[in-house]
Amino acid sequence: MTFASFALVLAILFAVVLFLSAPLRVARAAGGDARSELADLEAAREAKYREIRDAELDHRTGKLSDADYEALDSTLRAEAIEILRSIDTISEL
Amino acid sequence: MAPVGRTLLILGLLVAGYGIAASLYGARSGREEWVVSGRRSVYALAGLMTIAWAIVEVAFIRNDFSFTVVAQHSSTTTPLFYKLAAPWSSQEGSLLLWVWLLSLWSSLVLFLTRRRVREIAPYATAVLLGFAVFFTSLAAFFANPFTTTANPPTEGAGLDPLLLHPSMMIHPPMLYSGYTLLAIPFAFAVGALITGRLNSEWIWVSRRFALAAWLFLGIGVVLGARWSYTELGWGGYWAWDPVENAALMPWLCTTAFIHSVMIQEKRGMLKVWNVSLVLAAGTLAILGTFLVRSGILDSIHAFGASTLGVPFVLLLAVMITGGIGLVLARRAQLRSDAQLDSLLSREAVFLLQNLVLVAMVFVIFWITFFPLISEAVTGTKVSVGPPAFRPFIVPLALVLVALAGIGPLIAWRRVTVANLRRNFTVPVLVGVATGVVLLAVGGVGAKPFALTMFALGAFVLASVAQELWRGTGARRAMTREAPPLALARLIRRNRRRYGGYIVHAGLAVLLIGVAASSSFQRSRDVVLAPGQHARVDGYEIRYVHPTVAATAQKISFGAVLDVSKGGKHVTTVRTTRGFYPSQDPTQGLIGRFFNGEADSNVGLRAGLTKDIWTVVNPDLTPLGSYINQGNGVFAAALARTMKSMPGLAAGQQQAALNTLWTLRDQAITGIANRYVTHPWPVEFLLIVDPLVTWIWIGAIIIAAGGLIALWPIPSLARGRIRVAAPSRASAPAVTAIREPVGASER
Repeated sequence: MTFASFALVLAILFAVVLFLSAPLRVARAAGGDARSELADLEAAREAKYREIRDAELDHRTGKLSDADYEALDSTLRAEAIEILRSIDTISEL
Repeated sequence: MAPVGRTLLILGLLVAGYGIAASLYGARSGREEWVVSGRRSVYALAGLMTIAWAIVEVAFIRNDFSFTVVAQHSSTTTPLFYKLAAPWSSQEGSLLLWVWLLSLWSSLVLFLTRRRVREIAPYATAVLLGFAVFFTSLAAFFANPFTTTANPPTEGAGLDPLLLHPSMMIHPPMLYSGYTLLAIPFAFAVGALITGRLNSEWIWVSRRFALAAWLFLGIGVVLGARWSYTELGWGGYWAWDPVENAALMPWLCTTAFIHSVMIQEKRGMLKVWNVSLVLAAGTLAILGTFLVRSGILDSIHAFGASTLGVPFVLLLAVMITGGIGLVLARRAQLRSDAQLDSLLSREAVFLLQNLVLVAMVFVIFWITFFPLISEAVTGTKVSVGPPAFRPFIVPLALVLVALAGIGPLIAWRRVTVANLRRNFTVPVLVGVATGVVLLAVGGVGAKPFALTMFALGAFVLASVAQELWRGTGARRAMTREAPPLALARLIRRNRRRYGGYIVHAGLAVLLIGVAASSSFQRSRDVVLAPGQHARVDGYEIRYVHPTVAATAQKISFGAVLDVSKGGKHVTTVRTTRGFYPSQDPTQGLIGRFFNGEADSNVGLRAGLTKDIWTVVNPDLTPLGSYINQGNGVFAAALARTMKSMPGLAAGQQQAALNTLWTLRDQAITGIANRYVTHPWPVEFLLIVDPLVTWIWIGAIIIAAGGLIALWPIPSLARGRIRVAAPSRASAPAVTAIREPVGASER
């Protein structure tokens, strides 16, 4: 290995060590169960919203009758509310 | 730069090892700084592997034959375009490409999720880095691309001629991108299983990257088929070859997951099934890499047979046993939240579609590995070919296409008979009418599977068209937009849904092309002299005259063929077979130019209704006596020249050798020209293949649909439907702010 190659490797090594150790030099707040639970519920909320929109599109394109759509929409909205309640509860903690 | 490359591999190994330890420690202790440091090790690995990859590419570009991999897989005459692609034709380069792509995709996913999936991400990081450790170890200790030789040759062996095809530039990176992207859902599934967080969050990450893997893998598979069709000279695009199957199996598995994950998202069902599909797809991706790189099964696509079998088997064993163990350990948390409301629902259709896809994977897996199984049991390796697959795959494919048409027409959760009638009438009529009309066309009725595929394909296209029509109509009713604008906005705001429908339409088009070309292909193997002709499917194909071209790269023997029908000229096609110089000195100074590796250049006239596909296979036996004579003459001349060398100055020595090589080149050209000046009958494979072009068009439609589904939604469309926050004091009320049909998705 030439001197130039050796110097290049050393420089890369130095940069990598600096890059990896940077977060360790700054202490961070620990994550918690509540935050993960919240993220999970937020993902569930997004999925439920999407489901509400899908049902609406199905209704408008004739795949769901008025009666079926109303029943389904009510169920989905009730489920969305449950998720929102859970998000509220966790947010308060 | 080779020592730098070798050091980078070791450094990469250390960084990946550190990243695993830091991520796991951070996750177990709850110290986020270690988790962040672990994530940064993925970014660092990506940087290191990018430099390593650049060193290899530069070595190829500079013809640095001190790198063994360059000497074995490139030459000074290899065009720059192919020099750039040559690294992945080698075992060493492929392994490095795997790690590089894995590190890039892993960096992307970990950057995008740096504020989400916080509990799962450290474990996913550890799994991804575990893959990196495995492949970096192979590259560092078993097949190092930075191995050098003390006495580099002045010329390299060159790239395998079969790989001199434009699609080789993107086909392997696409496949490897697909394989490495599948590692991401696998890693997040493992993380979710370890942490027990098996609800919506891991699905959010996995779905998008599974879709990206599906897209890349699909493009790779189709490019491989195109390469097979235009380069291999056997007249087909799919041979059920082990390497082709190895890419198809994870693609089918991922297709199943992309659909079934929607059931989990919407209903909280199929959790065991989804996590199993992701684990299976990830394992099949490693199996695919193993098949390509190990050479345990004979394949026209395997270019790097080696002895890496044992490490791969060990990795696969860990993935399979670990995956099964984790699923069993978490079975209580993987119970479904709901049950199927009705067998007449989109969920039920998706479930059936999943079963069909998994059955296809099982059939392909069993038949692909049957030679190995039979060898293990009976001691005899049985060879299997396309006929073994067709009896199972064709009926399953028909069911799959039918479901691709039914799915878009049926609602989630429940449907009524009246709705079914309203939605199915037109598509079913189109399908039935197509079948009836085609039945009247001569010969189609004799191929019931093809006829059924055409009818079902028409049904799918009609169902997708109807969905687009009705969706556009519904949007127009609210917005009064012009139809094209309404259609564009409908798709834009419902990318997942309509991207998926477009994929279904592309699949129907592709399978119509497959059914037509495999059922109604007409081919003939003929021997023709110039002026003679052969008839194929009503076309008269006349061998007009032979052609020859001798370049520094290869000698190409070809033919010009005139195609006519009913006395009317249709087209003129040119086909060649190129012979690359052999490095084997026993072939002789002349003979090595005629007896090396060969590739075919297909004479193709592609059309929307039919492809006229021709290939020449010239028999060079009539040149044998001239080649042998030339070998003798030039061996003697070389001996005389070498004998006279000691008495000559360096410049004179070079001049003497140059004179000899010039005479040799003239002799080669003279011998090769006899193919034109004294033509003899040569063998042709002539094929008339209907609707092949629609396979490629269908694939483009599928890719476009996949891209639409994958493309991030515009920020404008996000959160258009709002659900009012429930009041804690009173009964909650949810209000959707009405948005023109089809708001956002993620």
